[in-house]
Amino acid sequence: MAEFKKAESTLEWFDQRLGVTNLYKVMMSEYWIPKKINFLWAMGVILVMLFKILLISGIFLLMYYKPDVNLAFDSVNYTIMQEVGYGWLMRHIHAVGASVVFLVIYIHMFTGIYYGSYKKGREMIWISGMLLFVLFSAEGFSGYMLPWGQMSYWAAYVITEIFGGIPFIGDELVVWIRGNFYVSDATLTRFFMLHVLLIPLAILGAIAFHFYALRFPHVNNEDGEFFDFDEEAEKYLAGNKKESKVVPFWPVFLSKDFMVLGFFMIFFFYLVFYHYSFAMDAINFDKADGLKTPAHIYPEWYFLWSYEVLRGFFFDIAGISGKDLGLIAFAIANGIFLVFPWLDRSPLVKPANQRPYFKYWFWLLIADLIVLTIYGKLPPTGVNAWVGFFSSMTFLILFALLPVITKMEAKKVGGE
Amino acid sequence: MTVKLLDISEINMTNESRRGFIGKAFGAVAGVGAVASLVAMKKTWDPLPSVMSAGFTTVDVSSLAENKLEIVVWRGKPIFLLKYSAAMKPTDGRNIKIGDHYFSVMIGLCTHLGCIPAYNGEIFKCACHGGEFTSDGVNTFGPPPRPLDIPPFKIDGTTLVLGEEGEEYKKMTAKA
Ligand code: HEM
Ligand code: FES
Repeated sequence: MAEFKKAESTLEWFDQRLGVTNLYKVMMSEYWIPKKINFLWAMGVILVMLFKILLISGIFLLMYYKPDVNLAFDSVNYTIMQEVGYGWLMRHIHAVGASVVFLVIYIHMFTGIYYGSYKKGREMIWISGMLLFVLFSAEGFSGYMLPWGQMSYWAAYVITEIFGGIPFIGDELVVWIRGNFYVSDATLTRFFMLHVLLIPLAILGAIAFHFYALRFPHVNNEDGEFFDFDEEAEKYLAGNKKESKVVPFWPVFLSKDFMVLGFFMIFFFYLVFYHYSFAMDAINFDKADGLKTPAHIYPEWYFLWSYEVLRGFFFDIAGISGKDLGLIAFAIANGIFLVFPWLDRSPLVKPANQRPYFKYWFWLLIADLIVLTIYGKLPPTGVNAWVGFFSSMTFLILFALLPVITKMEAKKVGGE
Repeated sequence: MTVKLLDISEINMTNESRRGFIGKAFGAVAGVGAVASLVAMKKTWDPLPSVMSAGFTTVDVSSLAENKLEIVVWRGKPIFLLKYSAAMKPTDGRNIKIGDHYFSVMIGLCTHLGCIPAYNGEIFKCACHGGEFTSDGVNTFGPPPRPLDIPPFKIDGTTLVLGEEGEEYKKMTAKA
């Protein structure tokens, strides 16, 4: 620092040392958000809140949880649920939070898809978002293992077994991931580490990255309109608030977000207190037994659609085994959203209902995902198996068609 | 102008190339370090020696009842032992003869995604995705891509040692 004069106020004191006024401007009062957005744009802030809730309730659970195959089940179902004061509340908050976070992530993702917020400069927002999705999936999976109930065990078993489908190294890879020939103490302890340390750290980093990626292309709006943010910001700062197309992140955007957040929190705690059981599977209240498969295994609701794609192929096609087809389809289903910006060949950034072909595609995809989710939970016998097969095929075909129909759309609208 | 007695940069290297050299040297050190740490990290995730060596299970099969499924544990996996009755027809390459009887000895995990199929006196049915296997473990319906696996075994009189590759096992796998 070249020159230094005595601070006149506390704010100035901090300003000299940390540049807080500038920081506040850059992060809050002069971070510009379009005016023309709706409640769906509040999902990001709700996700931040949910992550905080998960982190805090998780810290409290961590004080009594024991990552050991002999102790884990009782530390959760006896110690935390019955002995620790309000331990049950922490557990219900954590379980419901983990479930609802996926609901909001899906809403957030499909808002992005609906409004085309993944293209024309917003590709990195999308990629960083998908990174968050992958990390949250890993976090959900590793956390589900910890209570060491029957579902914990068999979900862990089936999911780690999936890596065995990778050519050449598959079998060794499975043993390596588990640290044993089967899901065992070594597996539990290492997934505990992932769940409470490594993945949350990675999530924090990915959230910072996601927000950073938002700064350059800026947040999209209901019309998909592109405008000069600097110009609009100048208008706002000059007092033409009505005319300007933007508002500052703080206090204007966030105050509306907090309104939505308020409604959401009421809904959330309603679930926590009155409807928590959807997030706590009954079968998981039986202790893990590696020699007794539950009659029917299914993942948590948010993985059902991809699980149904995995098991949708129950017979061989063209000499490829049903198992391999399922694994290939599963790999595609999990990877395809990552490249979404490049599958949509239309330059149009508009809400889906204003896009001549994409609007059908979008609602078909939603319908198919709902069918997959419903049938993912049903036993795969008889007609169910065929519904699974056709809805899995529909999923793959929809994505194969996406570049084609968006290309046609681009021609039709003349590449506006 | 003064004359410098020794200035390495003027004699053999420019500043550019010195920095380039430092960069390469650092890159080499960092590269070796990175590879070494990856190896070490991979090894910490490997199964422990105690896990690897606890890999043998011995069973005396002489007392088993006919056509009644017996399950023993080997490396944390259920092993199906099914003693054939005189009425059941053994298959070459799938069933093994221990003493006077034929047996099915198979890893009791569905070759689809590893659930444990149940035996109903005739066939094995997998509850997870509806796979079916014959009593000698051959897949006949549903997603399982291959018959139930046969674990490495050795026959010693009427005892079966799981985890060791005996003569009969080698013969069987050579055929397959
Ligand atoms: C816990 C995880 C996540 C957090 C905390 C988060 C947070 C946010 C926030 C605060 C915003 C800005 C406001 C808004 O539009 O809602 C945003 C925007 C966005 N996010 Fe996420 N997000 C997460 C996961 C995801 C995922 C999984 C995707 C999908 C791949 C995604 C894609 C996007 C996109 C495309 C935008 C831009 C929306 C626009 O410009 O209108 N995000 N995110
Ligand atoms: S695990 Fe047996 S049929 Fe899928």
